[in-house]
Amino acid sequence: MTKGRILIVDDDPVVRDSLSQWFQSEDYETGACDGAASALAELARHSYEVALLDIKMPGVDGIELQHRLRELEPDMPVIIMTGYATVETAVRALKNGAYDYITKPFDPDELVHLVERALAQRAAVQEVDRLRESLTQMNPARDLIGASPAMRRVNELVQTVAPTDATVLITGESGTGKEVVARAVHAASPRRLHPLVAIHCGALTDSLLESELFGHEKGAFTGAHARKKGKFEVADGGTVFLDEIADISLHTQTDLLRVLQEKEITRVGGTQTLKVDFRAIVATNKRLEKLVEEGTFRPDLYYRLNVFTIDIPPLRSRREDIPLLIEHFLDRFAVSMNRPRQKVLPATVEMLIEYAWPGNVRELENAIERALLICRERELPPEAFPFQAHPITPAAEGRSLDEIEKHHIAAILSESQWNLSRAARILDIDRTTLYNKIRRYSLQEE
Amino acid sequence: MESVTLVAVTAANTAPDMALLDRLASRLAPVFHLSITVSNSPIDAAFAYTPERCQYYSTRLVAALAALPTRPGEHILGITPLDLFVPILTFVFGEAQLRGPAAIVSYHRLTEEFYGLPADAALLDQRLLKEAVHELGHTLGLRHCDDWSCAMASTHTVELLDLKGAELCPHCRRE
Ligand SMILES: Nc1ncnc2c1ncn2[C@@H]1O[C@H](COP(=O)(O)OP(=O)(O)O)[C@@H](O)[C@H]1O
Ligand SMILES: [Zn+2]
Ligand SMILES: [Zn+2]
Repeated sequence: MTKGRILIVDDDPVVRDSLSQWFQSEDYETGACDGAASALAELARHSYEVALLDIKMPGVDGIELQHRLRELEPDMPVIIMTGYATVETAVRALKNGAYDYITKPFDPDELVHLVERALAQRAAVQEVDRLRESLTQMNPARDLIGASPAMRRVNELVQTVAPTDATVLITGESGTGKEVVARAVHAASPRRLHPLVAIHCGALTDSLLESELFGHEKGAFTGAHARKKGKFEVADGGTVFLDEIADISLHTQTDLLRVLQEKEITRVGGTQTLKVDFRAIVATNKRLEKLVEEGTFRPDLYYRLNVFTIDIPPLRSRREDIPLLIEHFLDRFAVSMNRPRQKVLPATVEMLIEYAWPGNVRELENAIERALLICRERELPPEAFPFQAHPITPAAEGRSLDEIEKHHIAAILSESQWNLSRAARILDIDRTTLYNKIRRYSLQEE
Repeated sequence: MESVTLVAVTAANTAPDMALLDRLASRLAPVFHLSITVSNSPIDAAFAYTPERCQYYSTRLVAALAALPTRPGEHILGITPLDLFVPILTFVFGEAQLRGPAAIVSYHRLTEEFYGLPADAALLDQRLLKEAVHELGHTLGLRHCDDWSCAMASTHTVELLDLKGAELCPHCRRE
């Protein structure tokens, strides 16, 4: 299906070909003409939704052509293409009713946005909505497993709050599924076709976090060769999920509060404020009211965030969810490991229900993945789980914490066949940390 | 039998980062279930250098890759640290021949350093994998996908690249 029909008018064949080809690869239909006369003739034969005109062409120039096009197709947005030298004329074209202008060569992202905006302006809102609806069916919500009364309550809260634009605060111990719930809220919300952008605030230093959240301009600091958009900008129309919100500094809290209130950002090193459209979901495993009392969390930000809270209970207080989760993870790993689906013995299920799961669902997930890696039996016995039969054996070759860590990481890496994502998940650290440790200990695949 | 060969594309007299290609090959294989090999003969990109732009003309490089001798069903994916462009655009991350034999991916703008941020090798691997899956997807006949989390979503910024996955959505996988 095509996203729209674009008429390209330029006397330079390289521009015509290169633009046509590129737009076609972006799923647009294109028509290309080398000047005003052929453009007018083409428009008499076919209809177009957007026109891109070169400002400088022999004979009739872009501005004059723009006039005629407006008479012919008053609803068709016209975008003027200019070289650096002719920006002033382009501004004149804007005054004459051109939709916008763009300077050669084009930044691909800007070009896409410009054309999309021009088309959106033209398109009937209804039609766009219809397209969105049909898309949703291709994009089912991620599953939030759990049939315990506690999880049913969580599910109800998700369904209640999702259609609104209210900020959601998700609390719960680490690994209880806060991000899963955030994704469920997004997936059930009108913003579901726009991205959900997650950011783990705890993993970044203060200045990096600022740049991650708000973006930075080219040249904002040494080595910044290009502009970078922040998460709020990238989420445009979608949802921003801020995990570990308690970990951000008071300084960044102030900036964050402003974004939440004004829905405006300023990129680092920039002066312009940009409107941003997002819904915020935040999560924490700490008690924010306590941090407010201690003075490490701004009370005004706390009140902003504490509008609608979803608290996820730890796994040990909803053990009836454990068998369901086991089945869910067995399904998932069978697919991702590309293996026949394994089962667990009833005795194993009992043992897993009994265990306290201090790391909650994440620990259960990791335990199952690990068990599948070390055990190929059709039905997993209790021994496939480490907290049962094998307490972690101290590394034979060392006594210092570093040496033990090194051996443990090496063991997990070989167990997971050097699949870094998998190993990082088992170790419950992020990939970057794992990567740094591999370098630090000079670990190598055999 | 379809297969993929990764070819390093470098500037004159610079050694390609073969470790990067090897890592990419090992992570690319499970996505397509194809055999992936890394070629030992890099291509010198000098002929595609365009002094006015201080960049390399990507369409020419793809054409050169497509002209390499291939077995039937073999796809060639060039991997380069050089900055690529096509005439009307400031840059491209990559280019592919739709249902054709060849494609290229540049990681020049996939590094965090390019944006003035601390290097992150794991993130670079991840971005390169997504771009490689995307361009290979084109050579296998896939077009762009509307699902923002699918590897075939069209992305022109690293921010959006980071959002999408390295995997194909069920819809694209079926194709
Ligand atoms: N209710 C659930 N259903 C399915 N998977 C879950 C559920 N809760 C947690 N998980 C899984 O457990 C892991 C940890 O969840 P996550 O949302 O990251 O926890 P948190 O953000 O609370 O630390 C994830 O891999 C997630 O897929
Ligand atoms: Zn593409
Ligand atoms: Zn897709």
